[in-house]
Parts: sequence; structure tokens; C-alpha cells
Amino acid sequence: MPKRIVSSLQGIGHRTLEGIWRLGRATRFFLLVLMKSATSLRRFGLVIRELYYVGVLSLIIIVVSGLFVGMVLGLQGYETLQKYGSETAVGTLVALSLVRELGPVVAALLFASRAGSAITAEIGLMKATEQLTAMGMMAVDPVARVVAPRFWAGVISMPLLAAIFSVMGVFGGYLVAVIFIGVDEGSFWSQMQSNVDFRIDILNGFIKSCFFGVAVTAIAVFEGYDSPPTAEGVSGATTRTVVTSSLAILGLDFILTAFMFRGL
Amino acid sequence: MQRATLDLWVGLFVMTGIGALMVLSLKVGNLNTYGVADSYVIQGNFENIGGLKIRAPVKSAGVVVGRVTAIQFSTQTYDAVVTMNIDSRFQFPKDTFASILTAGLLGEQYIGLAAGGDEGMLKEGDTIMKTNSAMVLEEMIGRFLFDKASEDNAF
Amino acid sequence: MTTDTLVEISDLNFSYDTRAILNGINMTMKRGQLIAIMGGSGSGKTTLLKLIGGAVVPSSGYVKVSGQVIHELDRDALFEMRRKMGMLFQFGALFTDLSVFDNVAFQMREHTNLPESMIRDLVLMKLHAVGLRGAYHLMPAELSGGMARRVALARSIALDPMLMMFDEPFTGLDPISLSVIGSLIRRLTDTLGMTSIIVTHDVQESLSIVDYVYFIADGVIAAHGTPDEVRQSVAPFVHQFVHGEVDGPVPFHYPARAYSQDLSLENTVA
Repeated sequence: MPKRIVSSLQGIGHRTLEGIWRLGRATRFFLLVLMKSATSLRRFGLVIRELYYVGVLSLIIIVVSGLFVGMVLGLQGYETLQKYGSETAVGTLVALSLVRELGPVVAALLFASRAGSAITAEIGLMKATEQLTAMGMMAVDPVARVVAPRFWAGVISMPLLAAIFSVMGVFGGYLVAVIFIGVDEGSFWSQMQSNVDFRIDILNGFIKSCFFGVAVTAIAVFEGYDSPPTAEGVSGATTRTVVTSSLAILGLDFILTAFMFRGL
Repeated sequence: MQRATLDLWVGLFVMTGIGALMVLSLKVGNLNTYGVADSYVIQGNFENIGGLKIRAPVKSAGVVVGRVTAIQFSTQTYDAVVTMNIDSRFQFPKDTFASILTAGLLGEQYIGLAAGGDEGMLKEGDTIMKTNSAMVLEEMIGRFLFDKASEDNAF
Repeated sequence: MTTDTLVEISDLNFSYDTRAILNGINMTMKRGQLIAIMGGSGSGKTTLLKLIGGAVVPSSGYVKVSGQVIHELDRDALFEMRRKMGMLFQFGALFTDLSVFDNVAFQMREHTNLPESMIRDLVLMKLHAVGLRGAYHLMPAELSGGMARRVALARSIALDPMLMMFDEPFTGLDPISLSVIGSLIRRLTDTLGMTSIIVTHDVQESLSIVDYVYFIADGVIAAHGTPDEVRQSVAPFVHQFVHGEVDGPVPFHYPARAYSQDLSLENTVA
């Protein structure tokens, strides 16, 4: 059926155009948020308040997940490494996987579904109930007063959460490998320390999580601010935040890894 | 939520996060072996560095005394120029012998320093005169076969 | 033009995409007046408020508030103007993450450098004016619809505006809350000496409190006058609206083909 093919092609073209258009709007919004960040920096209390909702409330999920991911890594790593008689390298394996990849990436994924979705829902709901319009009518810019503090709180929280995740993971790996299985404690730590480099591994992991923090919160505030002011609109936007930011994290991770660890 | 309680939680959160970063840097990573203490730079020319990488340890008697900071290729001597950062607490004589060694059979490569007997010590920017290249497995096997062959021919 | 004119609307047109919402509106509102703008759902009343507040730009014509053309103001001047305006939204639009107290204090904290002790006194005064001084510590989620509307009212008069706009202030309220809000609007308009514009379709309540009424239908002013003139009006549209008749100039039926034709009673050849 040529007619059906034509219409499906039209559909693809339409959706592509729609996507490009949204991307342009998102970029403009992102720049707008950056331009209007002066208020958040001047009145840092606004950011601190959001740090509580974005950062502190994400702590539990980050700590628990980090611990379990580390424990699994310790167990799996030990099983594999002991075949080659190098089970003392389990510390290196756990630490490198966490610091380079899993810490920033898994923490960012958890952050997107915990804090990102909450930011979108909150801003979307404020829009749907005319709170943002009301703020504008009170001569207060909602981007500066509502969006920018949430954005900066997210950007500040993400690297801290990723670091906490990694430390909890290393601790989980230590628990399993050293305490439960009985790998020598001294070589666990010394192998780890001689193979994890501050600049190449830790600093790069930190930079990664900063990028993820910007990406996730930028997507979350945009989706919230851009959501149709209805119940369905807000719920759709919340879903889109989680999906889009998860994809963004994984895509960015590949690009950043290629730059950092290959392009040396 | 009271303002003060909220501030307290956020303060705790930020402190925990920064603490985690410190733990990562000092306990998990090797920031404490970096240029925290004073250090001096020396160079060594090697015919072949094998698989030596930047940041590989420089050891003397098995103790880490510094790290490789740069590896370049010299078009004058067609040698590899290895730059090392050595902890200032450790001074080495001018005729110190530097060789590229391997930890274990398949482990990472590092530079071993064997102290000589000279009165003068190596200073910032000095070049180590006596170096020994990395053992390359293929060359070793090749040399072994060649020696074997010349032994046979001798008869 | 007399000096006590606060809002002047001249030949105002506004269209959304290609659909005309407002079509040549002319109004003048004096200081201290309480004015109602009435019309059916979707007749462009709320758009008119947005045009006065500068949230949207007219296609042609202008809105002047205290002598300044709203859509020609730059951002800073517009925000300066908005500080002198208050707006009550349909469902209050209270900030859900702030307490009643902080909601009312919001504009004072954003726009003034008053010490916190003075803000406290001012907020309690505003809350007292709407009878909710005792509810200052509650969160918006804990308020009933009528109370939320009153808090929003207290918030919108926080900086003593010269112009108040009410977007459907009576919607979804029980009869008691409805007359409470109605009398509050009248009293605050008189005591603060501000001009108030109510957009509503609650005829009886608004006719009992306002000074002047405009009816908007299909984007034009269908009728206007004092409440007494409106009640006695014989114009068919006003009569239908004021008395809430089912059929009239505003038809009950959405435009359709002939009923008999839709039910295939006539054997027409297509």
C-alpha cells in the first residue's frame, strides 16, 4: 500500500521535526536558566532548600544501592579472579569499576528517577495550577525563582551523590571480599591504591558525574516547565524525564569515556 | 520542616559528599603518593621501554620513590626519554642505574633504581647515564634461538 | 480623559493563531470602581485580564494602565507595573510548597527590604483582613477551597495594589464562602481605594456588589451598564444571561444539520 508507506514516512518526518524543534527549545531554555542564575547565587538559601529535596532525600537510595552494587561486584569479581589466583586484585576491580563507571552512571540513573522525576512533577504541577503564572503576575520571574535554584541544587548534588555511591560500593566490596570471604586486607587496599589513579580515574569520574548532573537536571526542569498544564501532561513529562535523561546519561557516558580514557 | 533542621541536613549531606570525595582520593586512589611532598625531576634515556606507561611507579629496593610523568621520543638519539618525579626525601647518587623491570611474569612494568657509589647526588633536571632497557619477550626468545644456533655452528 | 481613569482599553483585538478571541473592545475604568466583566465560557474574558496584566500582546489596539501602554513597556517597566497590580487566580494558585504565612509574605520578601518583624506584622494584618489570621501556619493543602481563595486574596493585596483583577473568584464555592469572598472584594476595594475587575459568570453575586458591568459575547461588548440598568435590560442576550434561560440568542443546540435530516426521516439524495 503506497498510501500507507507515504503516511508512515510523513509520520517519521513529522516526529523528527518535532524532536529537533523541542531540542532547540530545550537549549534556549537551558541558556535562559543559566542567564537567570544570578538570583540563585545571590540568595543561596533558595538553593539550600532545594538541596534538601534533591540531595538529602536521594541519600537513602544512593547509599543502599551503592552498598549492594559493591557487594555484588566483590562477589562476582572474587569468583572470576580466584580462577587466576589473583583474588587480591578484587579491590582494584571493585574500585575501578565504581569510580570510573558504575558510581557516576548508576548514581545518575537513580538520581534521574528519584530527583529528576520529582523536579519535573513539581514544576509541572506548579505550572498546571497557575502558580508560575501567578508568580509572573507578582513581578517575580519563575525561571529565576523556581527553576534556577532546582537546577543548581541538582548540579551540586550529583557529584556528591556519585562519590557517596562509590565509597559505599568500595565498602560493600570490602565487606564481601575481606570480611566474608577472607581476602587479605592489606593487599586488598594496597592493590587498589596502586592501581586507582587520582587524576585519571577519580577526577575523570568526578567530571563525568558533573556532566550527568547538568544533563539530568536540565532535562528535568525543561520537561517540567514545558509540560502541558494538565494531569496527563505532567505525568507524561515525568515519564519523559526519566527516559530521556537515562538515555542522555548512557550516551554522554560513552562520549566522555571515549574522550577521557582513550584519547590520552 | 524548620529552616534550621533543613540547613542542618543539607550541611550534613554536603559534608558527607565531600568526605566521600576525600576517601576516594586518599584511601581508594593514590593522591597521597602524588606530588604532596616535594619532588624533583630526572630523566633517563632508554633504548626500549617495552610496555612502560605514564604514572608507572619508580621503585628502589621495592619501595615506591616516585612516578613516571612523561614518555617522549627523541629524534636525535632515537631513544625513549622517560621523565620521572622523585620524592625529595630520597636522594640518589649520580651513577645510579635505572632499569625497566616487570612485576611478576605478566605484571605491569616499572622503573627500578639501583644506587651507585658516586659522591654527587642527582639534582633537578639531571639525566641518568646508566640505563637498562625493558626485557621484550620476543627479543629474548630471538636472542636465545640465535645463541643456540651459533653454539651449534661452533662445532 | 479625566485624571481618575486608571484603565483605558481602546479598540483591542486579540487573536489566537487565526481564531479571533477579542474584536474591538473599548472600556474605561475609574479609580475606586468595582467592575464586572461577564460572558459565557470561552468568550475571552480571561484573555482580557491577561492583556491588562501584559501576559499576552494584543494583535491591535492597546491597554493603558495609569497612562502607560502595557504592551509597549519593556520587561523591567512591565514588572514595575505588575507590582502595582494584584491578580487572584481561579483556584487561588497558592504556592503549594510555602505555608499560608510565607505565601502572603512572598511579594514583600521578593520586592521590599522590610525587616522580618515588620513583614510579620503586615502579613498578619492582611490575613486578619480576610479573617484567617489564625491559619497562618497551615499549608495550602490543609485549606478548604474558600479559605485558599481568601489566602490568595490576602496575598494579592500584600503590596496594596492600585488595580486588582479577579479571575472567576466565585467558581466552585459553597454559598457561604461565595458571599464571604464577594463582600471581601467589595470591602477591600473600598478601603484600599483600588480599582477591581472581576471576571465571572456568577450573575447574582456580582450584580449585588459591583459598580458597573460589561457583557462580552463572541469577542465584542454585547452590553454594559450599572447593575440596575442590567437587571432591567430588555436586550435579549442580557436578559438570557441574567436570568439564566436555556435558549435565546445563545442557542441551546450546537450548529447542526436539520434534526429530521440527521435521523434520515427525509429521503434525500446526497
